[in-house]
Amino acid sequence: MAAATASRSGLRSALPLLAPAYLWLTVAIFLPLSAMVFFSFMTELPLSGKPWAFTLGNYAAFFSQSLYLTLLLASLRLGLEVTLWCIVIGYPAAYVLAKVLKGRSREAIFLLVILPFWSNGLVRIFSWAMVLREGGILDTALNAVLPFKINIDLMYSYPAVIIGLVHSYVPYMVLTCYLTLQAIDDSLIEAGRSLGASRLQVLKRVIIPLSMPGLVAGAALIFVPVVGSFMEPRILGGRTGTFYGTVIEDQFVAVFNWPLGAALSFILLAVVLVILAAASPVLKRAA
Amino acid sequence: MAGVQVSNVSRSFGAHKALDDVSIDFADGGFYALLGPSGSGKTTLLRQIAGFDFPDSGRIAIGGESVERVPVEKRRIGMVFQNYALFPNMSVADNVAFGLSVRGEAKAVIAAEVQAALDLVQLGKLGGRRPHQLSGGQRQRVALARAIVTKPRVLLLDEPLGALDKALRVDMQIELKRIQREIGITTIFVTHDQEEALTMSDRIGILRDGRLVQEGPPEEIYDRPKSEFAATFLGDANIFRGDSTGNGIRLADGTAIAAGAGATLAAGAKASCAVRPERIRIATDAGVSNATDTNVLKGQVSKRIFAGNNSTYFVDRAGQTLKVIVQNTGIERLSEGQDVVLRWSPESTVLIAAS
Ligand SMILES: Nc1ncnc2c1ncn2[C@@H]1O[C@H](COP(=O)(O)OP(=O)(O)O)[C@@H](O)[C@H]1O
Ligand SMILES: [Mg+2]
Repeated sequence: MAAATASRSGLRSALPLLAPAYLWLTVAIFLPLSAMVFFSFMTELPLSGKPWAFTLGNYAAFFSQSLYLTLLLASLRLGLEVTLWCIVIGYPAAYVLAKVLKGRSREAIFLLVILPFWSNGLVRIFSWAMVLREGGILDTALNAVLPFKINIDLMYSYPAVIIGLVHSYVPYMVLTCYLTLQAIDDSLIEAGRSLGASRLQVLKRVIIPLSMPGLVAGAALIFVPVVGSFMEPRILGGRTGTFYGTVIEDQFVAVFNWPLGAALSFILLAVVLVILAAASPVLKRAA
Repeated sequence: MAGVQVSNVSRSFGAHKALDDVSIDFADGGFYALLGPSGSGKTTLLRQIAGFDFPDSGRIAIGGESVERVPVEKRRIGMVFQNYALFPNMSVADNVAFGLSVRGEAKAVIAAEVQAALDLVQLGKLGGRRPHQLSGGQRQRVALARAIVTKPRVLLLDEPLGALDKALRVDMQIELKRIQREIGITTIFVTHDQEEALTMSDRIGILRDGRLVQEGPPEEIYDRPKSEFAATFLGDANIFRGDSTGNGIRLADGTAIAAGAGATLAAGAKASCAVRPERIRIATDAGVSNATDTNVLKGQVSKRIFAGNNSTYFVDRAGQTLKVIVQNTGIERLSEGQDVVLRWSPESTVLIAAS
């Protein structure tokens, strides 16, 4: 009772501090988003000057053409694979950062992990293009080292899209896992080992369960944008890089069918929300 | 169950010698306190025995078996940490079950052993709780139950009562001692609290700057400290410094102080004498002399601290302040500024070679 009163008065005093953030969120997210919801029910874009009417056709299009569903499933699979690779690569990196390295070396490695964040997305993707194409850096380097001739041309392939996306998003996983891992007291690890558990058993029974919130947060931060991604698939995937996100992008920049683009993105949003909601009890239990 | 032998163990961190040639024999089934000021190397020594850290030189044996190359999880030790280190993602029962379950024991066996361990620490009904739902003292008991349920050969405790308040501490001291007796496990207990060391242990080792200063049963260290440090760190002591007369010392002003029989030091060398405050009798000039109290000093009371059942008098003499503790058996009290005579026997005086 007393606690509730205290928290309510705390909220009231915090209101002036929260107001700018909420105002900004309202203007920056809510208004454009509601405009998009509005557009998604129109036959034509009102801005184009053509006559327009309300319709459910844009949503119906998704269900009438199997192509969209196929692409959505491909994008979900892409999101799943990229998330898994980010866990495989990011979790051990976060562990080493949080529990093995100390002092200067930790700072240096941390900087390397954060670097992709600070570089321009397009620059990053085009650098990968230079590395992955035939006669590119990877191809040349491998052939210089190996005694036999091999052809490495990963450009315009599914693996190239995965590599580019994993590189872009793995810092999220490293950061969220690092935060939960470094909050785990070293004495818990020592307690586990003094009780007869090997390093691997301690990892499985103590460290991974305790860092689950970081894994879940990282996975959500990665999965959602990757499912809707279009830049990496387009540049690194070429013709194989047609995904749900690239189709949406096409509606906005190429075909200029904003209503269909808007409808497709809201379907994606709904699907992603359903997936997160369905997964949350499982994840909560694990965490 | 097994004894632990630490032989000539040294461990340095950079240029800092955290342990310097330490040798201790921890007897099988004994309760051993490692006492020392903060930074003296107590935790470092415990971590060498546990296997979290390895000595630069020296040997460690548990139950006669050399363990230098044995990793922590194979040493069969039980450890209680200062911050308890309970797994927050598990219930109390699962915490206690951890050691048995990583060993792959059968579920029914685990359940029975866990219940027995929780009963032993009087937490039989709290198995379903999470660690954060327990009080400090209860967490301490869970940590203890978790450490002993695997039937380790040695129990290591690093300032386990440090985070508890005074009353709870005393309860836990008694409780810990009871449990230790009941299962008869070799116990090594790190503390910086001299009272805790005195009341709980069979033997005490005093560490200072990584070196073992003195080692032995509590009474022996208290009655016959071998250094000024041991005399003042374990209990309180008045220290006199002067030149050795063979069985006592002569102070700068010529006063002789006699030490107990058996004290032998080359005459003329620098030496000190230590006297416990409660061994000194204090009286006004008119006080009656006791035949055996051959050490006599005159002084003046500079301060009195009344503590109910006893009083502490600070007595100034020749630029030195001496401490005297008197049981308040009567109502007569000495007042500040009063001239007094201090008397004590040579048997209460320890002769210490200057270090
Ligand atoms: N891992 C370490 N790295 C560097 N110095 C350490 C390390 N562990 C302990 N020390 C140093 O060794 C000395 C003894 O420490 P410790 O054994 O923890 O003392 P105590 O437990 O008696 O307070 C201290 O000066 C401490 O700073
Ligand atoms: Mg310590």
